[in-house]
Amino acid sequence: MGEKVLMKGNEAIAEAAIAAGCRHFFGYPITPQTEVAAYMSKRMPKIDGVYLQAESEVASINMVLGAGAAGVRVMTSTSSPGVSLMAEGISYIAGSDVPCLIVNVQRGGPGLGGIQPSQADYHQATKSTAHGDFHMLVFAPSTVQETVDMISTAFDLGDMYRMPAMVLSDGMLGQMMEPVVLPEPKDPDNDSKEWAACGHRNERKHNVVNSLYINPQELEDLVIARYERYAEIKEKHQMAEEYLADDADIIIVAYGSSSRVARSAIDKARKEGIKVGLVRPITLWPFPEKAILKHAEHAKVMLSVEMSMGQMVDDIRLVVNGKVPVEFYGRTGGMIPTPKEVYDQIVRLNGGEQ
Amino acid sequence: MDIEMKTAMYPLERRVTVVCGHYGTGKTNLAINLALDSADRGEDVVLIDLDVVNPYFRSADYASELTARGVKVVGPNYANTNLDTPSLPGAVKGALNHPGRVIVDVGGDDAGATALGVYTSTLKDMDPDVLYVVNRYRSLTTRPEEALEILGEIERTSRLKATAVVNNSHLKASTTAETILDSMDFASRVAEESDLSLRFTTVPSHLRDALLNKIPNMYPVDVHVRAPWE
Repeated sequence: MGEKVLMKGNEAIAEAAIAAGCRHFFGYPITPQTEVAAYMSKRMPKIDGVYLQAESEVASINMVLGAGAAGVRVMTSTSSPGVSLMAEGISYIAGSDVPCLIVNVQRGGPGLGGIQPSQADYHQATKSTAHGDFHMLVFAPSTVQETVDMISTAFDLGDMYRMPAMVLSDGMLGQMMEPVVLPEPKDPDNDSKEWAACGHRNERKHNVVNSLYINPQELEDLVIARYERYAEIKEKHQMAEEYLADDADIIIVAYGSSSRVARSAIDKARKEGIKVGLVRPITLWPFPEKAILKHAEHAKVMLSVEMSMGQMVDDIRLVVNGKVPVEFYGRTGGMIPTPKEVYDQIVRLNGGEQ
Repeated sequence: MDIEMKTAMYPLERRVTVVCGHYGTGKTNLAINLALDSADRGEDVVLIDLDVVNPYFRSADYASELTARGVKVVGPNYANTNLDTPSLPGAVKGALNHPGRVIVDVGGDDAGATALGVYTSTLKDMDPDVLYVVNRYRSLTTRPEEALEILGEIERTSRLKATAVVNNSHLKASTTAETILDSMDFASRVAEESDLSLRFTTVPSHLRDALLNKIPNMYPVDVHVRAPWE
């Protein structure tokens, strides 16, 4: 392990990807994500890697598909409107069983929206990215250090299950600076995978990477096989952090930046004697159902805190299935809830003024 | 810390001070401290935010607090908004001629210094202090050679020469007295190899007593630039 350095979240994403052996980056700049691309443009040429600024997000995601199909570790990064443009390509990637990393440093929407932080792309990341039956792995870091640690996990699990992985950050986590320890760098992981279309040299039969299937039965079989892998992932790879949750009457569920606001509010409420705790989803897909169900056994109420009009709250309600009431508090459009606002919600749920 | 103690350690002498450096070294937090302390000393101070590179964490984002304490703030036209348009107001030139104290917070690296270059000819006549801020813990400038390379790029782009080095080494909330002591050698080497003086070293106010008499030319600072949950 190296020593602590100060890094912006966006720079840390880039450096962590390089440390994880990624040498292929295709992207298009967009605020508040641009530092990832800027950092890659400086670093990749020095380490025999590829940084390519495409003419659009549509082009960059298709370059990711091509490089991924050739078996190399590849990524792109963008911010909310950019993911919308990439949607078609992401569906092709999922339908081709190609692993890759997609980073979304979320900003306010819909439309051009704004450049301030947001979490309004939860539904897009976890369920409605694009057409067809498919999922991505979705990771939601809440600190710059966790972002660094998660990048290699996202690459590794994507490779293991041959599927796209997304790191869902937000403008605040991307722009803020925190001390981090970078991992020991791994060698570039460009070894061809046995399925990759990287030239057979007359030594094996040729590989085809494709998402078009003429025969519907063949396509159904493939999708069903993919969903069997998804079921295994749901069983094995749910990740969540629990904070002061075991004795809590009120459970806040929050991820990313809003979880840090919630944590400050919880610390203040605990000082007032209110039994409140946090379940922080680290994977958004698979959704950490087990951690939430565990606390639905003892909590009197749950509160989803988000920087959106309420998206993850739907998943919490599905999981608890009426066992406890699930309420929502959020800000949107680039606004961040304050610790005071969340504290006031805690007091309200606890039955009013202390 | 009481105000008299802090303002007694005020490190600025010239009317105009330009704060530049690698982005993320803590220039904005330093500029805010210099402006607030100047106001506390009873000076008529204007803080000019020339950062058109960063979308968040700019001096102009702290305008309401600064204004409330008597600092005039001149910032990019669309600071604090959702508009990602780098545009500086005509008021910058007027503000540089402000008769009281003038502090200029420049965006990071040579990209940030490009905006400074617009005002080079005006600034040269004013004989400003140009402080080059270093942070030994900031990624990509943890070695003196790296910090010197960026200094060269900023000087070429802005066509202004730095007049002194400022050691602003910190690790945000993880900063201890050792963090700062361990940075002194780095900062001295940057100063020495650039033929500049090390003008002062910032310390978080709560570490001032622990470091008193252990480092020369200490300047205690408060942390203003922080995440909304801190």
